[in-house]
Amino acid sequence: MIEILHFFDVFTSSLDVFIDGLWITLKLSVVSLFIAIIIGLFFAILKISNIKPLQWIADGYIWIVRGTPLIVQIFILFYGLTDILLIPMFWAGAAGLAFHSGAYIAEIIRGAIQSIDQGQKEAARSLGMTKSLSMRRIILPQAFRRAVPSLGNQFIIGIKDSSLVSFIGMQDLFGVASTMGSNTFDFFPYFLTVAVYYLLIVLVLTFVVNKVEKRLAVSD
Amino acid sequence: MDGKEMLRVEQLNKSFGDLNVLKGVDLTVNESDVVVLIGASGSGKSTLLRCLNFLELKNSGRIIVEGEQVEPKTHDLNKVREKVGMVFQHFNLFPHKTVLGNVIEAPIQVKGIDKKEAMEEGKALLNKVGLGDKYDVYPSKLSGGQKQRVAIARALAMKPDIMLFDEPTSALDPELVGEVLTTMKELAQDGMTMVVVTHEMGFAREVADYVLYMHEGQIVEYGHPSEIFDNPKEERTRAFLNSVL
Ligand SMILES: Nc1ncnc2c1ncn2[C@@H]1O[C@H](COP(=O)(O)OP(=O)(O)OP(=O)(O)O)[C@@H](O)[C@H]1O
Ligand SMILES: [Mg+2]
Repeated sequence: MIEILHFFDVFTSSLDVFIDGLWITLKLSVVSLFIAIIIGLFFAILKISNIKPLQWIADGYIWIVRGTPLIVQIFILFYGLTDILLIPMFWAGAAGLAFHSGAYIAEIIRGAIQSIDQGQKEAARSLGMTKSLSMRRIILPQAFRRAVPSLGNQFIIGIKDSSLVSFIGMQDLFGVASTMGSNTFDFFPYFLTVAVYYLLIVLVLTFVVNKVEKRLAVSD
Repeated sequence: MDGKEMLRVEQLNKSFGDLNVLKGVDLTVNESDVVVLIGASGSGKSTLLRCLNFLELKNSGRIIVEGEQVEPKTHDLNKVREKVGMVFQHFNLFPHKTVLGNVIEAPIQVKGIDKKEAMEEGKALLNKVGLGDKYDVYPSKLSGGQKQRVAIARALAMKPDIMLFDEPTSALDPELVGEVLTTMKELAQDGMTMVVVTHEMGFAREVADYVLYMHEGQIVEYGHPSEIFDNPKEERTRAFLNSVL
């Protein structure tokens, strides 16, 4: 009972510091996932191209991302980008996360594109549409619809994984919790507090993804 | 019906790996002709149709569309496809677009026609195929027969000179076949040049100017419907007709 009261106390009194962390986590997640979608789309298209060297490039990228821990990727990009290229920490963190999610999003998008019936492409081509026009207007819109649940899932993973940027010194939600914990030696309530924030973010995102799914279902 | 020559195929060969599917096909289609292609499953009817539209590329031979020999390497196939519409067995409507959206997509995106104009023309076409009340409906809400009529309207919206039909009624419930055949019949009466693969022998007899019988990648017999159906010269044609009639 005492513990619970203490947690509520910590939760309410730390609102203002966590708001700053929340802002960084949200900004980082939105930026990195946006970049990740573009990277994912790019590599998905390389993979479905009929050009072997392009497929190899995509395979290599996905192999590297899958074959190394995310924390290692973040550190490599962080030291590479900030020390050598003098890129600000926020963008280095975002790049690390985007580099990672991009590979999974590439696979999701590739799978969704390949799941679209071949007849769709043939119908589009038979109407005189070019390859790129039929991809853009016919295949991708359907593929994105089909990919929404998996993409939503990947976004959730991405938001939670963003906590790792605290290890390069960013004061995101998890970074704030760690700092507050170390400063007060009162770790437990701060990590409980940060868990609540992540749960709430994921709750909202799940709600939004469900809404999007429903809206896109009008044509089914 | 000896109009201008619309389509000529000479010594067309097509194989998939080791499998020779088309073995020296010759074919001429004149303006406003309705040519019906019949033959057993696997004889190469779809492959021939798809070669005419360059969805499959030939191995050798010539395809001459409206007097011009088309070579995939040197010609813009998209331009040729604008002139040659195609209707598929499984409709292949765009499920994320409304009925009208399906019809106006290519005129707007490919031909660059103004949206208002495309919508007016699209609606007129949909009225013509009897779907004037379905503009804003998504394909998933339509019956098979309605879907196929939308697919026909969609192809017509590009104002093609030739229409290819690959078993347009084979995926339909029997009671829905008639409405699609009626639409095709009207199209034929309007003077459209058509190449139709079908198992509907009644349609072939009534509407076709020529019937071609295809067997193992070759056209073994062709002629007016009455010649083919009542008086086939080839034993293989007779055997096929006996098996389907
Ligand atoms: N893309 C392809 N790859 C390999 N083989 C193919 C391909 N398309 C068709 N074939 C083969 O070519 C042969 C002819 O096929 P096609 O679809 O042209 O026959 P069809 O006369 O249209 O038959 P059906 O009446 O069943 O539609 C078949 O043996 C088929 O398996
Ligand atoms: Mg076929």
